[in-house]
Amino acid sequence: MNFLRPGARFLRVQLVTTTRCSVLQTGSRRRASSLSQKPGAAGVRFPGAVDSKFTNSLSFEHPATYPAIPTYQAMGPDGDIIDSSFEIASEEIVLKMYENMVAVSIMDLIMFDAQRQGRLSFYMTSQGEEGTCVGSASALQKDDVIFSQYREAGVFMQRGYTFTDFMSQLFANNLDAGRGRNMPVHYGSAALKIVGPFLPLPSTQIPQAAGAAYALKMQRLTNPNIPARVVACYFGEGAASEGDFHAALNIAATRSCPVIFICRNNGYAISTPTLEQYRGDGIASRGTGYGIDTIRVDGNDIFAVREVTKRARELALKDGGRPVLIEAMSYRISHHSTSDDSFAYRARVEVEDWKRRDNPITRLRKYLEKKGIWNEEKEKEARGRIRKECLKAFAEAEKEKKPPLRSMFEDMYEELTPDLKAQMTELRDIIKKYPDEYDVSEFEGGIDSLSR
Amino acid sequence: MSRLLRPASRLLSSCAARPVAARSSFQSNTLPRIASIAARRSYASEGGPKEYTVREALNEALAEELESNPKVFVLGEEVAQYNGAYKVTKGLLDRFGEDRIIDTPITESGFCGLAVGAALAGLTPVCEFMTFNFAMQAIDQIVNSAAKTHYMSGGIQPCNITFRGPNGFAAGVAAQHSQDYSAWYGSIPGLKVVTPWSAEDAKGLLKAAIRDPNPVCVLENELLYGQSFPMSEAAQKDDFVIPFGKAKIERSGKDLTIVTLSRCVGQSLIAAENISKKYGVECEVINLRSIKPLDVETIAKSVKKTHRLLAVESGFPAFGVGSEILALGMEYMFDYLDAPAQRITGAEVPTPYAQGLENLSFPNEPMIEAYIAKMLRL
Repeated sequence: MNFLRPGARFLRVQLVTTTRCSVLQTGSRRRASSLSQKPGAAGVRFPGAVDSKFTNSLSFEHPATYPAIPTYQAMGPDGDIIDSSFEIASEEIVLKMYENMVAVSIMDLIMFDAQRQGRLSFYMTSQGEEGTCVGSASALQKDDVIFSQYREAGVFMQRGYTFTDFMSQLFANNLDAGRGRNMPVHYGSAALKIVGPFLPLPSTQIPQAAGAAYALKMQRLTNPNIPARVVACYFGEGAASEGDFHAALNIAATRSCPVIFICRNNGYAISTPTLEQYRGDGIASRGTGYGIDTIRVDGNDIFAVREVTKRARELALKDGGRPVLIEAMSYRISHHSTSDDSFAYRARVEVEDWKRRDNPITRLRKYLEKKGIWNEEKEKEARGRIRKECLKAFAEAEKEKKPPLRSMFEDMYEELTPDLKAQMTELRDIIKKYPDEYDVSEFEGGIDSLSR
Repeated sequence: MSRLLRPASRLLSSCAARPVAARSSFQSNTLPRIASIAARRSYASEGGPKEYTVREALNEALAEELESNPKVFVLGEEVAQYNGAYKVTKGLLDRFGEDRIIDTPITESGFCGLAVGAALAGLTPVCEFMTFNFAMQAIDQIVNSAAKTHYMSGGIQPCNITFRGPNGFAAGVAAQHSQDYSAWYGSIPGLKVVTPWSAEDAKGLLKAAIRDPNPVCVLENELLYGQSFPMSEAAQKDDFVIPFGKAKIERSGKDLTIVTLSRCVGQSLIAAENISKKYGVECEVINLRSIKPLDVETIAKSVKKTHRLLAVESGFPAFGVGSEILALGMEYMFDYLDAPAQRITGAEVPTPYAQGLENLSFPNEPMIEAYIAKMLRL
């Protein structure tokens, strides 16, 4: 046998040698682990759990032994500040945040109806989660990189994505940066440093975010003059069931990546309630398991989300970087998407109850009104103005030209390959030959884009 | 002797219509079968063919197998409470309860791995993927665990599992959700892969997949779910199964052989009909039904008659089902071909979201007609 496979032996020998070498080389850098049993020590320092003490009482750790991780609130449901220790942002910033939340909710209503009228193929609203998105985005710096899932219109809004940008993507017109290759709501913006949800699944962005954070960290190691940056990564509690989530948290923790994982726990993954999605204390309890600083926050409290994200950012950049997990609790008032009718699996009254009882917009409004900086009149004015802006962008986007014909051939290769060029020329010749058959006026640049 | 030591090899060799109790590590293999199925059924008595949508056919297949074999269970995202993302599992939760129709968390590798494990332990899971695009999260379980365990265990460990769900492009769901995995799974030794087109295909192949002691991928098509087909009286019965590795000649002809699968079967039939009306030439349309094993014999027999071979599929062109059929044509039918074999496939492009471009990315009837006309110099 050995004679037949000399390689096998060779491999084994090599393996042993390299293992030994690595012990010798890294032994000095790494903490000596299982080798050091000090006299009188309470435990052996097992390499896998260096701080564990021995015990002579046999007991399992039950999840129920530990109290649920508390949910941080800065502002109560009535709009009263209950944590006086933090600094509320300036009036201007707070009002902007409020308007952004309102803007998302207005756009959601308009676009949901537009989808029902058949004017676009798909839409997803973020009712109930405006606070999580706007609040967290407001605490990030503009150079921080964001990986979004698909229910983060508030993040885009807060970062300066305009109604025109939203509508251009939704109607896949010439101004859409994605050139109409994505489903609606899959926004993304290089200028705003948001990697859009170009996802096959709800979870693939999570390990990628860890990777991006690792890149930012490496960048700063090679050039300390670059300002320190973090990556913020959004996902839902359903996505946290995918292997991607677990792989991401582990790699981010072991490689000390400056990434803030923001879980929007809205209670439902399409029809699956959290009760069937996971057991244990939510997503937050997993963070500590991976050795990650973790906090749970009331997603209906935009001040709390903002403050928590601000602190998380500081933590993430401390000592060369580390991941932080935020679990923002909310309730998905909307259907999962326009392909879903959620009343098939949850009671309408449950939704109405949540809607009435608490939501991030009304809570902030209560605060603003108590402060005397907001009233019914201002509310009416703002809603009217925002609605008008939104509808204007809607109408313009529908009328806007489609991406140039040439874009059909582009972006697979940096330069068009000879056969793509030949196809493009053929297309141009056909259109030229039969001008009555092909109306190319609705495409940017008409037939000329095929000639360059 | 070897039969005694390796009972599973017997299971494999009888690609049986009825499930033989698979060897299991903890279950007795003398599980009683429920005998009262016929008594509960009502529609078969009316007689004659009936219209079924593909969705209804799949639903019936699942219901019948759940009814007849207590080891069968269905799991996947949204299959129970929501009646399935595409309503294929409609009513099954009410009928069979939550122990056998199981909603899972969003964790393909998790529930697929669980299903493979249950199969290895002797149960008969039907693992639904919301679409096969999502199954890529679990492809290691399908390819490395389900497909190979029987072989690598020396034939003692069968894995009686069915993977099913919509495959291929749908409508307006962009590049990541519009892929055809026929060629992917078709290339794996140890897997069986079927691609139903009609309601009869859907029912017979899914039932055969569940009964087969091997891992089988049932690649359905979302665009066909709502389409109606006549279902023969025989197919309406609960003992109806379609054998693997047997193609079906959907239309016979003498001038050109079209080998096709899934949704393209319907398109090819329409194209063949149009060509027949226009030019009076008759194309033979072969519905592959199962692509692994692939029925080379039926194709070869047909080509011997027609001397022309055209493969029609909607996957990407490179290394696809069409490539395979043409290669087989080269190996087994070269001497009978009067013209180079041709293939029609999806376009070599990540599927566009734009409706017009999406339409142009996949075969359609006029395109098939144009190819036929070109090949026959009409």
